[in-house]
Amino acid sequence: MSADRISRRAFAGGIAALATARRADAQGYAGLGETADGFARVTPGKLFSFPADHGPHPEFRIEWWYLTANLVDSRGAACGLQWTLFRQATQPGPQGEGWADPQVWMGHAAVTRADTHRFNELFSRGGIGQAGVTATPFAAWIDDWEIKASERTDDRTLAPLTLKASGPDFSYALTLEADPPVVLQGDGGYSRKSERGQASYYYSQPFYRARGSLTIDDKSVDVSGQAWMDREWSSQPLDSDQTGWDWLSLHLASGDKLMLYRLRQKDGKDYPFGNWISAAGNTQLIAGSDIQMIPKATAEIAEHKLPVEWQIAIPSRSFSIACKPLNPKAWMGTGFSYWEGPISFAGTHDGVGYLELTGY
Amino acid sequence: MLSIRNLSKTFSSAGEPVHVLRGVDLDLKAGERVALTGESGSGKSTLLHLIAGLDAADGGSIRLEHTEVTKLSDAGRAELRRDRIGLVFQQFNLIPSLSVADNLAFQARIADRHDAAWSKELVERLGLGGLLKRYPEQLSGGQQQRVAIGRALATKPSLLLADEPTGNLDEATADGVLALARDLVARTGCGFLMVTHSLHLAGTLDRHLTLHAGRIA
Amino acid sequence: MRRALWVLAVLLSHWRRHKMQFATLLIGLIAATALWSGVQAINQQARNAYDRAAATFGGVRTAMLVAPDAATFSQELFVKLRRAGWPVSPVLEGRVQVNGRSVRLLGIEPVTLPLDVGNAPRLGASDLSSFVAPPGQTLVARETLGDLQEAEGAAPPISSGAKLPPLRMQPQLVPDVLVVDIGVAQRLLNKPDQLSRLLIGKPKGKPAPLQSVVGDQLQRVEPNAETELERLTDSFHLNLTAFGLLSFFVGLFIVNSAVGLAFEQRLPMLRTLRACGASARLVNTVLVVELVALALVAGLIGLVCGYFIAAALLPDVAASLRGLYGAQIPGQLTLRSEWWLAGIGISIAGALVAAATSLIKAVRMPVLATAQPRAWQQRQRRWLILQSGAACVVFAVALLLLYYGQSLIAGFGVLAALMFGAALILPAFLEVILLAGQRFARKPLALWFWADSRQQLSGLSLALMALLLALAVNVGVSTMVETFSRTFIGWLNGRLAADVYISTSDNAQGVAIRSWLKERSDVRAILSGGRAEAQVQGQPVELLGLPDHALYRERWPLLETAPRAWTRLVPGNAAFISEQLSRRLNVRVGDVVEVPAPGGTWELDIVGIYADYGNPKGQLAVNVAALIRQFPQTPQTRIGLIVAKENIPGLITALQTQFALDDRSVADQATVKAESIRIFKRTFAVTSALNAFTLGVAGIALLTSLLTLANSRLPQLAPLWAIGITRPRLAAIELTKTLSVALFTSLLAVPLGLLVAWCLIAIVNVKAFGWRLPFHVFPLQLIELVAVALFASLLAALLPVARLARMQPASLVKVFANER
Repeated sequence: MSADRISRRAFAGGIAALATARRADAQGYAGLGETADGFARVTPGKLFSFPADHGPHPEFRIEWWYLTANLVDSRGAACGLQWTLFRQATQPGPQGEGWADPQVWMGHAAVTRADTHRFNELFSRGGIGQAGVTATPFAAWIDDWEIKASERTDDRTLAPLTLKASGPDFSYALTLEADPPVVLQGDGGYSRKSERGQASYYYSQPFYRARGSLTIDDKSVDVSGQAWMDREWSSQPLDSDQTGWDWLSLHLASGDKLMLYRLRQKDGKDYPFGNWISAAGNTQLIAGSDIQMIPKATAEIAEHKLPVEWQIAIPSRSFSIACKPLNPKAWMGTGFSYWEGPISFAGTHDGVGYLELTGY
Repeated sequence: MLSIRNLSKTFSSAGEPVHVLRGVDLDLKAGERVALTGESGSGKSTLLHLIAGLDAADGGSIRLEHTEVTKLSDAGRAELRRDRIGLVFQQFNLIPSLSVADNLAFQARIADRHDAAWSKELVERLGLGGLLKRYPEQLSGGQQQRVAIGRALATKPSLLLADEPTGNLDEATADGVLALARDLVARTGCGFLMVTHSLHLAGTLDRHLTLHAGRIA
Repeated sequence: MRRALWVLAVLLSHWRRHKMQFATLLIGLIAATALWSGVQAINQQARNAYDRAAATFGGVRTAMLVAPDAATFSQELFVKLRRAGWPVSPVLEGRVQVNGRSVRLLGIEPVTLPLDVGNAPRLGASDLSSFVAPPGQTLVARETLGDLQEAEGAAPPISSGAKLPPLRMQPQLVPDVLVVDIGVAQRLLNKPDQLSRLLIGKPKGKPAPLQSVVGDQLQRVEPNAETELERLTDSFHLNLTAFGLLSFFVGLFIVNSAVGLAFEQRLPMLRTLRACGASARLVNTVLVVELVALALVAGLIGLVCGYFIAAALLPDVAASLRGLYGAQIPGQLTLRSEWWLAGIGISIAGALVAAATSLIKAVRMPVLATAQPRAWQQRQRRWLILQSGAACVVFAVALLLLYYGQSLIAGFGVLAALMFGAALILPAFLEVILLAGQRFARKPLALWFWADSRQQLSGLSLALMALLLALAVNVGVSTMVETFSRTFIGWLNGRLAADVYISTSDNAQGVAIRSWLKERSDVRAILSGGRAEAQVQGQPVELLGLPDHALYRERWPLLETAPRAWTRLVPGNAAFISEQLSRRLNVRVGDVVEVPAPGGTWELDIVGIYADYGNPKGQLAVNVAALIRQFPQTPQTRIGLIVAKENIPGLITALQTQFALDDRSVADQATVKAESIRIFKRTFAVTSALNAFTLGVAGIALLTSLLTLANSRLPQLAPLWAIGITRPRLAAIELTKTLSVALFTSLLAVPLGLLVAWCLIAIVNVKAFGWRLPFHVFPLQLIELVAVALFASLLAALLPVARLARMQPASLVKVFANER
């Protein structure tokens, strides 16, 4: 697997490359499999504390604030957007001040309609205020992109928030509301990524209601829909023989949410995982053995073959759906590239969601 | 095979028109060997040049086999010379920088009609076997003219035109060269029109025509 | 296709039998391409270097934001702008002293650095981390690494004691710059949270107006299309280009004569080809194909030669440019593919132009007209009249340009027209001389000598024209260089008044050195100088502070003065003006110049004009105390010392050890003088080298013309041999003829060359550099040049003549055998 391609949740992005002292034989996808020497380790049993855990954890190597939204405009056309802030520490140990701060930040933003996909990326060093995250009041920003809390924001729900980003040919601004509190993924927020114990801390807010406006090529439309935020940090989230993943966040019509992913390994064996979140916010883990994820149609973009259509089944829950992308060309041609775009699905359950494909 | 009707050509000299040809009629059958004589300036060479398409006529018609020569463009006349006419000049006009072998072959090559067996036969009959690697300047006049005849016949033309081919040769050499030319013409069956001022040589051909005052007398 | 190949083979067979002619053609094309592309390579190299310098992490090629007072500003403004959507990247610049040498330190922020910021070092992703993460890196050019006498990986300290991050060589970097991370730069320069400027990248949306973000704390500076350096060095490159062009044309002269002759000789062949049925279109096409193929081969060889010429000349060019303009050109030649393509293109175009007349003749050639080689001789008279008429038109153009032209290009235009006109009129001029000789000749052989020379004229004229041009340029350039070097050395002697020169890194060191010097008994006088910058009538002007000392009054050279000039300088309301600036501003002695100073307008009476050779900037010289009063910020870093000769070495050593000054910062007068003279000599070393090349090419032109003529001249010589003139005698006559024609040409070249020198000194130099030199003639040099020209002609004539002398009688007999 080329170490040059990036992923998502593995922020690893551009900065991973500029930051870490990388070796030619960097391990795993985008260097995410590098050993965590000197960085804090992810261990089971952490007690999450909000608002503090909304903020950055610089003692861990990588971290992200990742938001996707499935929206509909005033004429009923579906669209999606992505807002992501990645943090990566270029070295462990005491944090320097100003330019000596070892943190590097990267922002990705994208909007996707059936007929177009626009994206942009930003980079920043930490320590000077160009990019960063604060827990109280909650704010995450890089340049003029930001997610910001207001006086009404509740630390348990991480809502309401306002959100904005822009590129040369697009921009958006949303307000986000949510009622249920944030949901801890995995085992109380401890998310295992391999049998050998690679893991991350991981929680989500999948219940956002989103409303705002979206501008493409100077044409502005009102949009509304639902959004999902993932918060994850780790020092070595992937095993060295894991090459990438296929990840889905699904908003079911019933109001339930479903998070599914499959970590691909060099030996061809996969590490699937799922979490069913009821409309009230209760979670139920789904065993890997109970998940069938079968790639269907592939799209070829920039010499990458991407499985953009999927047949997914969870027999124990009588769940069987077929997923189709809104736009198969939702390629993030950023410094470190991956596929990320809105999908819709039908079968035993209907709904919309987001699909992410990395390491192809 | 060659049929000329009412051919005329006028040059202007010092602003005065000079009527060189004033309605020439001439017929030549395949395999026929004809000598054309006439005093200096009678238009013998001009007639030959018109037939070869080296110059354009002012009026009348020249028909070679099924082709009306006077109606051809410059390129068409070049093609006619290349494929169907052999030309021999008084000055031999060999290419000094090419060897005898190359001089012999080059018209046939340009015409894309190179025939190895025929070339070999030509070399033998013309007695050029030992001279193939020489350059024209290393040959005597008679040898040079034999090369020129070989070049002209290498394409197996329908018509061989010769303009005073022996003018630069002594009498004995001239007789020999002409005898060779006659034999070869007979061998290929082409028509042969030779301009000469020698009545003696003219007498050795099938027919003898005289050009006088712009007409065949 | 096969037909075309056969025709091509027939055409090419000509060269096999005329190898010398073929060599001539190739040599002409190679020479033309080599000199032209060599000069282009040098120019390209220099322009790339300027580009690089200009683009170094957003020099003047990138739009930027700076504080209105050019001071540093708070880093907060950078964050504010980023957060308002401005795609800016911070830069901090300062100077540091490393191993006694002062260099520019540039702090950059690689993560936000715009990608389009220019072609200067691109950092790869993996390099970035080592650049940013402690200990970081100091990027440095190869040359600078050598200057600092450090190896890669070393971390030398700067004068404050702090250590630089480990040095890493970056071949594309401009010299005399150290590039470090912005954070490192802030620490080393002791400017925490301070920035010098912000580079503006491609905007990603519509950022808020600048005013609304930072008020008037920053202002936008638009990128310059042309850099200062490019404007300053334009004249120098124009100079080189002019030489390249000249050589190119001389080369084309050779090609033209070779192709012309070959065409005449191949006329019968072309007619035979056509008579045998090769169509006119085919033959003409193949003629062009043949020429292009030859040009392609010659062009490639020429390019390789051009590369070597450029590589050989480049060190001198680089030295000149550094000495004259401070432009840094790497000594290593790098070439772009465009250069190769352009070289091949120019070779083909040149060959086609040179062969145009022959090709047109071939196209128009009727099949029939009996072959008449060299029929153009009969038209010689008409040709001479036409060409002389053209020469008169060209001279008229030269006069018009002289009167109405203002620019440097117009100056070169005058030169070009002058030389072109002279070349055109040369055959007529020679014809007149030879005709006169013929009239006065008594003996039959002498009569033949003159008449035959006349007949040869048309065949030789192109080569002679080339010789005339090369010689005239040589005379002109040598005269100018000699004039310049004498004037310059005299001027330098007066200008370098002090015995020891010190340049300190900052005011503090200046103060320290001054007080240290005051304690020393071996220092007779301390002369403080100073320099400030100002804008006068929109032009950057240097203000030079002169100390009030008897030495200056006695020795400082002035071109024009008002009465009591030095005394009037002292109060501070008068100034001397440099010759360059006086021309640019059109200011004479007695005029007043207004200089905007921090305290208000400073009015200066001009009381003198001085020569300031080699300085691209305009200069005003004022009293140094007055300068510091008007410009309090003036760095007082320049110190001159009067010291007894025997004490100089000791004092310099003491200064170097005491203050860690390198040999650039402290030097004695003799060293400075030698260095200046060396730089100025190298400035013209390139000119001289190209000069010699041009003369060489002209020699080749003559040789090849004579060689090609030699064969065709046999019919003219054979009758003479037949009537009893021996071959050696014939050879001697031939040699005399060639040499006399060459002598007449050389004699004509002398006045023309002096005219060229006058143009260079009075027009081109003034326009290019802003100064005018006195005009001197150096007769010895002229005699030497004429001798060289005759020697070159002798060499050129020797080979064909020797062949004639050794020729077998049989070859001469053959002339008669071939006459039919």
